[in-house]
Amino acid sequence: WKWTKLERSTLINYIIICLLFLVCELNHSVTSVFPESSLLIMLGFILGGIVWGADKAQTFKLIPTNFFYYLLPQIILDASYCMPNKLFFSNLGAILIHAIIGTCWNAGTVGIALWACYEGGAMGNLNIGPLQFLLFGALISAVDPVAVIAVFEEVHVNEVLYILVFGESLLNDGVTVVLYNVFDAFVSLGGPKINAAEIIKGIVSFFVVAFGGSFLGVVFAILISMLTRITKNVQVIEAGFIIVLGYLSYLTAEMLSLSAILSITFCGVCCQKYINANMDEKSVTTLRYTLKVMANGSETMIFVFLGVSAIDKNIWVWNTGFILLTIFFVVIFRFIGVFFLNWILNQSRLIPIDITDQFVMAYGGLRGAVAYGLAALLDEKKIPEKNLMLGTTLIVVYFTVILQGITMKPLVQWLKVKKATHSDLTLNGKMNNRAFEHILTAMEDICGRMGDNWWTRHWNYFEDKYVCWLLLKSDARKHKDPIFGAFHKLNLEDATKYVTEGERKGSLDFIRNYDSASVDFKKKLALEYGDITPYITGIDNVPVTSVMKNPIPSVSLDIHEQDRKSLPDKLSAHHLLDQHLYKSRRDNRPTYSRSHYNTSENPDEMQEIFQRTMRSRLESFKSAKMGVNPAKKLSKHPKKDSTHKPNGKPADPHRTHPYGDEDFEFSADSASSSEIAGHFHRRSTNTPGAGVDNPAFIPEMDTSPPMRNPPWQTETGNNTAVAPSQRAQGRLPWTSTNLRHLALLRMSTRSTDSFVMADASLDEEAPEEKPGTHHTRL
Amino acid sequence: MGSTSSTLLKIPNVEVLMQETGFSPAHMIRLHDRFKLRCLFPQDFGAIKELAMNPIGDRIIGAFFCPGKETVDFHTFVKILAHFRPVDKNRPKEPNSPEPINSRSNKLRFAFQLYDQDKDGKISRDELLKVLQAMLGMQVTEEQLESIADRTIQEADLDRDDAISFEEFRKVSPEILHSRCFIKV
Repeated sequence: WKWTKLERSTLINYIIICLLFLVCELNHSVTSVFPESSLLIMLGFILGGIVWGADKAQTFKLIPTNFFYYLLPQIILDASYCMPNKLFFSNLGAILIHAIIGTCWNAGTVGIALWACYEGGAMGNLNIGPLQFLLFGALISAVDPVAVIAVFEEVHVNEVLYILVFGESLLNDGVTVVLYNVFDAFVSLGGPKINAAEIIKGIVSFFVVAFGGSFLGVVFAILISMLTRITKNVQVIEAGFIIVLGYLSYLTAEMLSLSAILSITFCGVCCQKYINANMDEKSVTTLRYTLKVMANGSETMIFVFLGVSAIDKNIWVWNTGFILLTIFFVVIFRFIGVFFLNWILNQSRLIPIDITDQFVMAYGGLRGAVAYGLAALLDEKKIPEKNLMLGTTLIVVYFTVILQGITMKPLVQWLKVKKATHSDLTLNGKMNNRAFEHILTAMEDICGRMGDNWWTRHWNYFEDKYVCWLLLKSDARKHKDPIFGAFHKLNLEDATKYVTEGERKGSLDFIRNYDSASVDFKKKLALEYGDITPYITGIDNVPVTSVMKNPIPSVSLDIHEQDRKSLPDKLSAHHLLDQHLYKSRRDNRPTYSRSHYNTSENPDEMQEIFQRTMRSRLESFKSAKMGVNPAKKLSKHPKKDSTHKPNGKPADPHRTHPYGDEDFEFSADSASSSEIAGHFHRRSTNTPGAGVDNPAFIPEMDTSPPMRNPPWQTETGNNTAVAPSQRAQGRLPWTSTNLRHLALLRMSTRSTDSFVMADASLDEEAPEEKPGTHHTRL
Repeated sequence: MGSTSSTLLKIPNVEVLMQETGFSPAHMIRLHDRFKLRCLFPQDFGAIKELAMNPIGDRIIGAFFCPGKETVDFHTFVKILAHFRPVDKNRPKEPNSPEPINSRSNKLRFAFQLYDQDKDGKISRDELLKVLQAMLGMQVTEEQLESIADRTIQEADLDRDDAISFEEFRKVSPEILHSRCFIKV
């Protein structure tokens, strides 16, 4: 029973699906001990056994072509796209030294040591010459990015350590490819013909291959960035462009005999900043997830095939000496090389690398599929012992991935290696980082020394002047400041949390009035989006400075019409939304984890900040709302406060809610409201002209209530005037003066405005409705 | 070595300085040379043109000058620069000795003092706004700056007094990446 092509491909598909499923569903306790990669390899063993049992011949193998052209590029592209650039470039010197010198050292020493042992007779009779040993050394010395990602993903070591190992594994491809080709050529030439000329050619070819590959990658990065500049109208396939172009860079480099991995690495690394700025958020998300899916799939397949490939009778050439010595030398020379290089590096590094970190670095020199691929590419005619080498390579790969992978986590814990720190995306953090950069630059200028910061500053300057002009869209250029970016991200987060929280709360009126509720969200989001980032919602030409612009892009719904109809529900829903802002905050750590993409939440902290923000908003909002009777309308959720943050909040005065409503409490008593107002008093001190001197801001407001008759209300018949009415509302005097200090607040006030205003106006009509409504919601 | 030691002797109180700040003799000599050439008056600092490009350059220059003094002496100069030495991880912890100048806390305090211009121990909203304006000014609007400032204060302000005290500042400043904290002298 021979496998037909269709059967084979169906089988492969089934296998992949099952494996991916398994990988996801694997019990966490299992994966915390065994890294996924080792489990996959073992699965591959089983699979190979099955196939071999059925077929008596190995029909599935990891064919090098497949591997190098179809499986590897995605992984590298994904890794480089998600690479933390700042960290990478600031450690680039160390990474390069390890990649180049370390790999050469490994290759040379392993080859020579093995040859020496062979000459010493430890391996019996083999048909190998010294050059072949060197070739073998070259291919087995390559630290493999796939394996490194797979293993280090489970173990969250600190960023510097990770970037050193990972960067090295990416950049050493240049060296590996050159060494492999050089020694391959030498082997073809034969021993006697090698002279200085050949060696010099080899060295030159290294420079050509490595720098050529990198340069090509940068060229493609520029291409991609420029492309994203003009793909505004085809946003759906922007992600596709990038993947295709990335792959193209790989293929082009391969075609020109340059280092393909370096090419695609630099392509991803260099373009990520610009395409993230140029592309729509949705496209960025799409791209990220697509890359992750592809990379995960490829990685799974690679490891499974690595397992399957073992079940091949041809390569079971067992030579104890060769195999054991290889493993031994590989490990030993890795350790020696790493420690030695790090010692040299530490002389000139600002932060020396710890001994424990060095140990993990050495231990993390995992060999993987790249070595296997290179071994499988060996020409049997030139190298008679190819099967031996292949088998040994596989064994070394298994040894490193399985054994070292399994023991990596306990080792890291035992050595108390510093773990990755979570740096929250706080405005404070960004601001301080910025400030420190400036300070350090200034200090360096004062000392008259050129340091890291000098380079960074000049690169930034160069980038600002020339690069961004070329590669970024004009809108993106305005918004690429990191502090502003952080601010924007946080705002967006708030907006989305609004929505999810409100929906999750399951207040009935969302279910009842789904469209109107969703209208509300869209409107709210559009408002927030619109004010802060016009280019995101596609209103490109509206300058950010114009606050009063039309914030509703294409939501042509008669919002106000529906507002008035379902006002009581809307009001409470809206207040519910108000109260649930800031539920979580996004992590900003480098996302090198393959499976965990999302962020962690820190509810308590966020809740508190949220409460304060909401209080300030409500307060300022209320302070401007003269004439409205806020005591009735003001819905606070101190109950919620006290449940979420028992220590930080004042005693909940609203526990005995007149209506007994769990979620919605309307403070009818002035005592409680004055207490709440007491909080606001402090808030109000920094809002100039807010008009609140008196903590009891409630009904005694005396500024004229222009909102008594908001324009939209007079335009009831005008259904198409959604947009203009918002704008008209915006033109009301109180928005600009009193609420200047909180741009966001303006958004929410504008939106809440309509409800509360409608509320106020309808107050006379249906004051009893609301409590009843709230009751039913319980 | 003869010339270096004689240069060292020219610097007053060099032993004490070296001990306090942790600079090596080579560092001290280099700093002294630099200091003699350039930095005595604010105008001298201003002559360093790269500083002029620095958004918070004037504040940094201000940090060198103690209030009321017109010039900066070598002592102060070195002490301020000592803030930015790498942190000594292996420093023996003596409970009674004062914290070394380059500890993380002192670095943060230096930054805090840069923000806090009126030296009242708190960063008020206006001061924050000014710093943000300096660092961000070109690209963002007034309102956005203000809302950023507000949000920043909200994040940090734990006792709700609308200003950031040093304690709050410290708590909310995340682990500043190692590479950002120091320079090589």
